[in-house]
Amino acid sequence: MSNKLIDLQHITKSYSGNTVLDDLCLYIRENEFLTLLGPSGCGKTTTLRIIGGFETPDSGQVLFEGKDITALPPNKREVNTVFQKYALFPHMTIADNIAFGLKIRKKSSAYIKDKIKYALKLVNLDGFEDRMPDSLSGGQQQRIAIARAIVNEPKVLLLDEPLGALDLKLRQDMQYELIRLKNELGITFIYVTHDQEEALTMSDTIVVMNQGYIQQIGSPVNIYNEPENAFVADFIGDSNIIEGVMIRDELVEILGARFDCVDKGFGENNPVDVVIRPEDIDLLGPGEGALDGVVTDTIFKGVHYEMCVMSRGFEFVVHSTDYYPVDSKVSISVHPFDIQIMHKPESEDEKAVEIDE
Amino acid sequence: MNSSKNRYLASPYLIWSAGFIIIPLIMVLYYAFTDYDGRLTFSNVSAIIYYVNIKALVLSVIFSVVATLFCLLIAYPLCLILTTVIKNGSSFLSLIFILPMWMNSLLRTYAWQNILERKGVINGILAFLNLPPFYIINKPPAILLGMIYDFLPFMVLPVYNSVSRIDKDILNAARDLGADSFDTFVRIIWPLSLPGVISGITMVFVPSLTTFVISDILGGGKILLIGNVIEQLFTQDSDWNAGAGLSAILMIFIVISMFVTAKYDREDIK
Repeated sequence: MSNKLIDLQHITKSYSGNTVLDDLCLYIRENEFLTLLGPSGCGKTTTLRIIGGFETPDSGQVLFEGKDITALPPNKREVNTVFQKYALFPHMTIADNIAFGLKIRKKSSAYIKDKIKYALKLVNLDGFEDRMPDSLSGGQQQRIAIARAIVNEPKVLLLDEPLGALDLKLRQDMQYELIRLKNELGITFIYVTHDQEEALTMSDTIVVMNQGYIQQIGSPVNIYNEPENAFVADFIGDSNIIEGVMIRDELVEILGARFDCVDKGFGENNPVDVVIRPEDIDLLGPGEGALDGVVTDTIFKGVHYEMCVMSRGFEFVVHSTDYYPVDSKVSISVHPFDIQIMHKPESEDEKAVEIDE
Repeated sequence: MNSSKNRYLASPYLIWSAGFIIIPLIMVLYYAFTDYDGRLTFSNVSAIIYYVNIKALVLSVIFSVVATLFCLLIAYPLCLILTTVIKNGSSFLSLIFILPMWMNSLLRTYAWQNILERKGVINGILAFLNLPPFYIINKPPAILLGMIYDFLPFMVLPVYNSVSRIDKDILNAARDLGADSFDTFVRIIWPLSLPGVISGITMVFVPSLTTFVISDILGGGKILLIGNVIEQLFTQDSDWNAGAGLSAILMIFIVISMFVTAKYDREDIK
């Protein structure tokens, strides 16, 4: 996992004056499961289409194994795409769909036959050779779309929200299926989604994007626990984002109360944004924690209760397995390492983030 | 209860098809197989073997096949351009091609007569430029031109519909899997557009086979197609039995052509 397989350098793309990607730089290593994550219109699909060759960037370069492929058409690239709506060929049988790329490459019929069998086995759809695409369910069609792509032994598989059209249970099954496929095939996956849970479950690396800018690149754990800005914190999971003042290293003031934390290097008496995950807040009896408050809302979520606690004009979202009825008087306590401090936005691309919220 | 209710809703259609399709069809067949006194005969139908009639029929088939072929050759590339090259404003451009359909076909045919005439628009311009005149009026090319012009929209519409309905991602998928433009056309676009092509062929071939107006106006009455023969039998000779006999023969051809196209339709699209 060291070589740069794909290297996007200073990619800019706009549609009729509307900038979708602005000076985007990103590299993808060999055998990586990389997810482009962001809300719709953040440029993630455009990035994928530029890698696939369906879009040409206005400026910038796409390097593949060090070679410039910016102007290469899709049929000449060693990548294959799984499309959001499967895009199976409706007039061909499943076998013909899977064989399409192999027939174009003039492989022998024995080879093609073996490959079809192998691919169908891989996606758990043995015996579907002679079915037509429209007789398959959405999940089955998506597996065929994946099978059709991987028989060509691409170096990179591009997946454009492939699970978007499936229901929740099927989506979760397919997530595990994709991880298994990735491990069995040993190829690079570039995955586009707006679903943070999907991204956290499957990826080695997550690239959080918004409004054409990369907000943060990191491992799922890194992105979740140490969001670099308010957008990432808000987009990945639920979070409480509160304005605070960094009194000095390892001490922050929120809503007039002082909390110990583990962050350093934010200066003294500087305004900052503070992120606290709902599951990291402990509710105690009144007066026992740092901030007193009143429970204003309680919803049973299955695994935990989601409660809103009003304290000094700020409404905290709290996840807890302990039940507190509405109007209970409580107090809030947070472990120092569960407090995440972020700089206030300074640069242009960070400001773009703020507008969106 | 629901289904019987639905059956009532279909009754206007049943009355319509009985009154305007089935009864006229039975009348045509009745006249075709009886003589002037109402006795059963096959002479009206077998009259097709007379030289004039068989010549008109063969000529009609040739004209229709050629006209259909030209319509397809013009319409298909046009539809490809409209759907792939010009994405914006393609609806306006296709409207331009459909627009003539809203005009009376007789009017359009007379317009072509004016354009092609010995002293018509084209020859007026050629004379003005001191160029030799151009005579195709009253000749087969004029009739063909009329057919192609009149029936082109019937080819463009279904072909455009089927080509434009092909999902862009399906074309992208073909490219992604290594197909160049030619492969994509042969393996994806053409087979997926076949239903449109087939209904276009039917919609051009059938009216071309039966027309008598175009050959009358642009052929100057010198070239007799099977439609002209039948028309003359009905209007000039008032021999309804003979006219109905040839109509029945023509119907067989139309049914055969529709049967063949429908068969292809099922085989290729499933």
